[in-house]
Amino acid sequence: MTTTQASLLPAPPTVPIPMLVRLAMIVVICLALSFTSPAFATIDNGLNLLRQASLLFLVASGLTLVIIGGGLDLSIGANLTLCACLSASAIKYTGQPMAGVAVSLVGGTLVGLTNGLLINRLKIPPFLATFGMLWVAQGIAYWFMAGQVIYGFSPAFRFFGSGFWLGVPVPIWVMLAVGAGCLAFLTRTTVGREIYIMGANEAAASLSGIPIARRRMLLYALSGFAAGLSALIYVARLNAAEPGIGEPLLLPAIAAVLVGGTSLFGGSGSILGTLLGAIILTLIVAALNLLNVGSAWHPFVTGAIVLLAMLGDAFAARGTRR
Amino acid sequence: MSDQALPITPATARGLLAGIPGVAFILLAMIVVFQIGNPRFLSAVNLANIGLQASLLMMLALPMTLVILTSGLDLSVGALIGLAAVIIAALLVAGLSIFTALAVAAGAGLVVGLLNGFMISTFGLPAFVVTLGTMGLCEGLALALTNGEPIGGFTPAVEAFYRSAVLGVPTPVLVAVAFYALLSLVLYRTRFGIYIIAIGGNKDAVHLSGVRADLVHMAVYVVCSVSVALSAVLLLGRANSAHPTVAIGMEFEAIAAVVLGGTSFEKGQGGLFGTVLGVLAITVLRNGLNLLSVDPSLQVVCVGLLLIAALLIDRNRKRVVTRIAE
Repeated sequence: MTTTQASLLPAPPTVPIPMLVRLAMIVVICLALSFTSPAFATIDNGLNLLRQASLLFLVASGLTLVIIGGGLDLSIGANLTLCACLSASAIKYTGQPMAGVAVSLVGGTLVGLTNGLLINRLKIPPFLATFGMLWVAQGIAYWFMAGQVIYGFSPAFRFFGSGFWLGVPVPIWVMLAVGAGCLAFLTRTTVGREIYIMGANEAAASLSGIPIARRRMLLYALSGFAAGLSALIYVARLNAAEPGIGEPLLLPAIAAVLVGGTSLFGGSGSILGTLLGAIILTLIVAALNLLNVGSAWHPFVTGAIVLLAMLGDAFAARGTRR
Repeated sequence: MSDQALPITPATARGLLAGIPGVAFILLAMIVVFQIGNPRFLSAVNLANIGLQASLLMMLALPMTLVILTSGLDLSVGALIGLAAVIIAALLVAGLSIFTALAVAAGAGLVVGLLNGFMISTFGLPAFVVTLGTMGLCEGLALALTNGEPIGGFTPAVEAFYRSAVLGVPTPVLVAVAFYALLSLVLYRTRFGIYIIAIGGNKDAVHLSGVRADLVHMAVYVVCSVSVALSAVLLLGRANSAHPTVAIGMEFEAIAAVVLGGTSFEKGQGGLFGTVLGVLAITVLRNGLNLLSVDPSLQVVCVGLLLIAALLIDRNRKRVVTRIAE
């Protein structure tokens, strides 16, 4: 039985060529930047950029899983905001960093599970459920904080965001661990492979016995968990929490997933691509800063990247489908 | 009930009740609750106030209905109305006439609408991500044009227009009513309208029956963006200044109003009248919560809960309606 079932599953992605293209893009941008600024090609700056990319990757990792499964999670940024505010307040109130960790991870997962429940039970499209959740979570965060900023955390907690282990920033280790976990989940487990089938053809997946509703709950829970984890790293890095931190991350996270080659049509994509996408996006922001482009232009540039990446996706889809 | 002139059979009662979106019952309940909570709720002053507040949301939610009827979505309207307000304010401050300013704003709306429509209709890309991208474009442009600062000090005629009234009815309300009449005419009395509803049902079938479905589909996004850009005048009149990001989030209320009104993302079901009820429900909710001095952030949460409640009611409607009728 296991052999017939295995033959139904699509082969694990073994074509690294698109990934090589993205690696080449990274190399080209890096070369161009090191010619414009001598301070760019230093190990310190490299680690700094990777640390920025790690935050973006963590937010985008859960989104990648959801999009591969044929869904969408627009609430990740607001979920991050809410987790950041609640966990910061929990740390301040109890004095225990671990209380904040628990609040953030559990809170993020609960928001994700609510998304899954809304989609499963109300039979509404994922973008509508998670878009509503965006504003609900955002509203709760603004109300909860009442215009305050929570700042100043113990060094033990800040270690998650600004500490070093073996000379490498902790967020980069977290990125590597989450990336490896997602990679193993997507390519080495049956559930992971089922998610690709579900994203490619939900009706067929359902007919072949995959419990769609339960898999969907899992995906949105993982996405919420990733948002909660990113919130911790973000607060520990900024040493502050306020209700405006998460919302500007939504568009870059979607851009990272799309630049990484994950298709919005579902059923194809990889976590490695999202990792490279996050690095590319971080490098583009670094380039904008080097060129003295004001931060007001960032949403414009990110929006343009999203549109261009989608066009690329559409052309790729046309090529394979016809 | 037995001696009524019109014999109401279970079937006709079912039909009558099924035609009313679930939000109508919620709206009625809210009016009763808020009136009990604050007797000034149904006063003439507050009703005019509700009408004024509803008019801007109506200008966004009505064209959004057309978009959602085609199984699409436009997340860029909030950022676009902000961009258009910034453009109009900047041109007015520069000394240009209101008509030139409106024309330029409409042009910006046209470009955004064409971009949305082109990518969604021609390439079949998911509307919610395309319009999220154009939302980023509009937000970034508005921020870059203003350096994040609000623009004020333009002609007081804009605010005077917003505050004016004809026969006791605020002008913006009349504008919204006229826009509703116009869109109803287009949607229910023209071929274009029939094609819009048909595209929501099955775009391929429309295309195969010899209609340029792709152009109709694209035109829906253009209509939405241009009318939203022109509505920026109401936003300017209300705030008497143009802040680049103040309107971000309005797309949520517009979409919520459409969905509250019973328009679904599938099979071109729903209509403009439901959206009017949805807009009124959201406005009444916010107005009532304001009178009860509830924090504005929590009001947004309440709109989300209202949406869930209406969706739950509509989902269980068939059963409920059948039970009432029998």
